Amino acid sequence: MPRVRAWFYRLLGLFRKKQRDTEMAEEFRQHVDLLTERNIAAGMSAKEARNAALREFGGVEQIKETAREQRVWRWADEFFQDVRFGARMLVRTPGFSILAILCLTLGIGTNAAVLSWIEGILIRPYPLVQHQDRMFALVGKTRGVQEHNGLSFPDFVDFEKNSTLFESFIVDQITGTTLSVGDRGEVATLGIVTANYFDALGVRPILGRGFRPEEGTGRNAHPVVVVSYRTWRDRYNSDPQIIGKTQMLNGVQHTIIGVAPEKFHGTFVGYSFAFWVPVSMQETFDSTGYKLEDRGARWAEAYAFLKPGVSRRQAQAELNSIAQRLEHDYPDTNRGRGVELFPLWRTPFNQAGNMSPTLAISMAVVFLVLLIACANVSNLLLARSLLRRHEMTMRLALGAGRRRLVKQLLTEGLLLSLIAAAGGIAVAYWCRNALVLSFPTPAAGIVIDFPGQIDWRVLAVSAAICIGSTLLFAVVPAIHASHVDLSNALKTEAGGVLSGSSRSRLRSALVLVQISLSFVLLAGTVLLLQSLNKIRNASPGFNTDVIACNVDLGSAGYKLDRGKIFTTELFDRVRTLPGAQSVTLARVVPFGYAVFSSAPIEVEGYQPPPNEQPTVSYYEVGEDYFATLGIAIVSGREFLRSDDENAPAVAIINETMAAKYWPAKNALGQRVKVKDKWMQIVGIAKNANYRTKIETPMPFFYVPLRQNFISVRNNLLIRTRETPGAIMQSLAREIHALDAALAPGVPYRLQGQL
Amino acid sequence: MAKEKPDLVYGTLDMLILKALQDDPRHGLGIADRIHQMSKDILHVEQGSLYPALYRLEAQGLIKAEWGVSDNNRKARYYKLTAAGRKQLAAEQQHWSHITKGIDLVLSGA
Repeated sequence: MPRVRAWFYRLLGLFRKKQRDTEMAEEFRQHVDLLTERNIAAGMSAKEARNAALREFGGVEQIKETAREQRVWRWADEFFQDVRFGARMLVRTPGFSILAILCLTLGIGTNAAVLSWIEGILIRPYPLVQHQDRMFALVGKTRGVQEHNGLSFPDFVDFEKNSTLFESFIVDQITGTTLSVGDRGEVATLGIVTANYFDALGVRPILGRGFRPEEGTGRNAHPVVVVSYRTWRDRYNSDPQIIGKTQMLNGVQHTIIGVAPEKFHGTFVGYSFAFWVPVSMQETFDSTGYKLEDRGARWAEAYAFLKPGVSRRQAQAELNSIAQRLEHDYPDTNRGRGVELFPLWRTPFNQAGNMSPTLAISMAVVFLVLLIACANVSNLLLARSLLRRHEMTMRLALGAGRRRLVKQLLTEGLLLSLIAAAGGIAVAYWCRNALVLSFPTPAAGIVIDFPGQIDWRVLAVSAAICIGSTLLFAVVPAIHASHVDLSNALKTEAGGVLSGSSRSRLRSALVLVQISLSFVLLAGTVLLLQSLNKIRNASPGFNTDVIACNVDLGSAGYKLDRGKIFTTELFDRVRTLPGAQSVTLARVVPFGYAVFSSAPIEVEGYQPPPNEQPTVSYYEVGEDYFATLGIAIVSGREFLRSDDENAPAVAIINETMAAKYWPAKNALGQRVKVKDKWMQIVGIAKNANYRTKIETPMPFFYVPLRQNFISVRNNLLIRTRETPGAIMQSLAREIHALDAALAPGVPYRLQGQL
Repeated sequence: MAKEKPDLVYGTLDMLILKALQDDPRHGLGIADRIHQMSKDILHVEQGSLYPALYRLEAQGLIKAEWGVSDNNRKARYYKLTAAGRKQLAAEQQHWSHITKGIDLVLSGA
C-alpha cells in the first residue's frame, strides 16, 4: 500500500513541480531563519549569525536536488527528457522519420480498420443497443439437420413465458415493404418486431414512443410504425410534427408513433432498417398468411438477452427442456424441433455468418502487413544507428548508462509508432464505412450497412499493437546500437564501432524475415482474393442476369381473385414484349428478403425417424421458371401453362430433397403431401442457392403459381438483353393498359442482390 | 540517497525521524533538535540528509506535512506521524531491537 501511495505522490509531484519547489524553498528559508535567530540569541551579530546558519544548513541547491529525487518520479522525468530529445532527432532526419511513420501507419492503420470492422459487424454490431455481450441469436433447428430456420410464434411465446434465465426475448423479422409514393411503388426495409423491442434493446425513440405491450396483439389490429432517423430526415424532411401522421405501407395506412435515434439501424447485420411495425401486423407484411397462431410456420428471427451471470450453456439447457416439453405437447408440429443460441458473430440469419470468415482472413493478412512493416522499420533503424554511432560513443564516454541509451532509443521507437498509431486510427476512422462499397445496393430505398466501429476496445487493442510493434522493431536495433566497444571506438574515429560482421549478420537475418513474411503474406492475400472471388463468382445455381420487377397489387387493394386475373393478363402481355426472351412469375425472388413458404411434409413411402417431422421450404413459381432462370431439370419436366387449378397438383423437387427422401428409388412420379394436398413429383431440378451464396444445399421444392396463388404480391422475372431502365418503360405501358392507376416497382437485376 | 554521517548507522535515519515525531508534530529543525536531545547529544542529523528523508517519508505516506506557526510566531512546515507511520515505527523498533540483541550476543560471545 505505501508503495502505491508513494507512486501516486511522485506522479502528483510531476504535475505540481513548480508549487512544490516554491514550498521547499520557503521551508528551507524558515529553517535558516530559525538557526539565525538561535545564533543571535547565542550572542552573534546578525550578519555572523546568518552566515553561520547558512554554513550549518549546507548547500541549499544540492539539498533541493537530492530532495527532488526522492519526490519526483525520476524515470518519468527522464522519459519526458527522452521524448523531447527523440522528437528533436526525428525532426532532424525527416526522410527517415516520414518513411518509418508511413510504414507503421500502414501496418497499424490496416489492423485498426479490420479491428473496427470486426467490432462493428461481429462483436457489437448494433449501435445504441445495451448489453450486446448478453445478446444471442435464437434460431430454430431440426434434430439431425444442419441448416437452421426461424421460430414459430407460439413456440417463441412459450419460450419467453417458461424460461427464468433470460431477461428478454425479441422477434425481429426482416422484410420488405412497398410504400406508395405517387404513381411509383418504392421499397424499403422493414422489421416486424415484438412490442417489447425498443425497451429490450434500451433504445429510446427521439420523438414519440416505442410500442406498447397491447400493440403486439390482435390480428392486424395496430397499424402503427416507428420510422428510422434516416427515413425521418430524408422522406419527411425532419418534420418535428411527424408523430400522428400516417404512412401507407403495403396498402395499409400506418400511424407514425416514433422516430428512432440517429445511430440506431435495427438489429440485422447488413441492412439498415427504415421502418418497424409490431408483430401484430405480420399478416400485412408477409404475403404467406397469418402465422401468429400457427405452430407449424417457422418464420421468426429472434434474439434473447441472458440475465447477468448466466452462461450460454445454462441458458441453452433451459431452452432444451422447454423444447422437449413442447415436443411432447405438440408432436404434430414440434417433433424433432429445438432451438439453439448463437453468439451474435455467428448469427446464421443475417450477414454476420458470411462476414466472419472473410474478416478472419483479412485480420491474418493485415497482421502480416504489420510484421513486414516492423521488419522494414527495424532495418531502417539499424541503418540509422550506423549514422549515430558517434553520438552513442560520446554519450557512453560521458558516463551515460547503457540502459539509459537503450531506453532513449526505445522511446524514439515508441514516438514513431505513437505518431503512426494516431495516423492509423485516422485511416481506420476514414475507411470504417468502406466495406459497404463492395456491396452494391440491390434496389433504390434499400440501405446496405456494414459499419466499422472505433470504440475503447478497438483503441485499446490498437494501443497494444502499437506498443507490441515498438518492441518488435526497436528493441534489437536499440540493444545493438548501445553495444559500442568504447576503447576501440575512441581510439579510431573511423574504426568499426561495432564489429561489422555481427551487424551485417543481423541485417541479413532481418532481410530473411522480411522476405519470408512477404511470401506468407503473398500466399495469404492470394488465398483471400481467391475465396472472395469464389464467393463473387460462385454460380448461385441460376442466371443472375434476369431482371425482377414487382407490381404492388396489395397496396392498390387487389384481392386474390382479381389479382390472379391481372397477374395472368400482365404475364401474357410481357411475354410478347419485343426484348423479352423468357418470362416467368415467382412469389419470392431468390436472395430477396421475402419469406419462402415452409411446411411439414409427408412423403409417400418414407417413414421418418420417430423424433423427426420433415419440414421443407418451397415456393410458388410460374411456367418456364426453370428455363428463365437457367436451372437445369435433371429428369422429368418443367412447369407448364397447363399446370393450372384444373390440373392435378404437381411439384418439382431439387436433387437434395430427392436424395434425402427417395434415396433408393427414382422420385419422379412419387407423391408428397403438403398442407393436406397430395402433389405428384413431375421433375427433379438441379440444386440452386436460395438465400445466400454460401449456404449448405438444402431440400427444397417448387409448386406451380397457378395452383397455389396465395398472394397478390408476385414478381415478374424477365430474361432480356435490355437494361432494367429500358424495360421499365414498356412494363409501365403494359401495366397502364390493364389498370391506369398502377405502376411497376423499380426493376433490378438479380445479381444486385448477391 | 545522501551519504549519512558515520555517527548514524546507515538506514536508521528514517526510523529516528519517525520516533522523534512519535509524540508531537515538529518542523525540520525541531526534528533534528529532538534526535540530538534524545540521544543525549550523541547523534547529529545533517540538514542535507534530513530533508530528503522527510520528503521520502512523506511520499511513502508515513508522515504528513502541514504549514503551521512555530513557538516564536514563525511560519513553519510541521510534520506528523500518520497511522501507517506509527505502524511502521513499531515494526522497525521491534526489528531493530531484535537485530541489536543478535549483534550484542555475537560481540559479547565467549
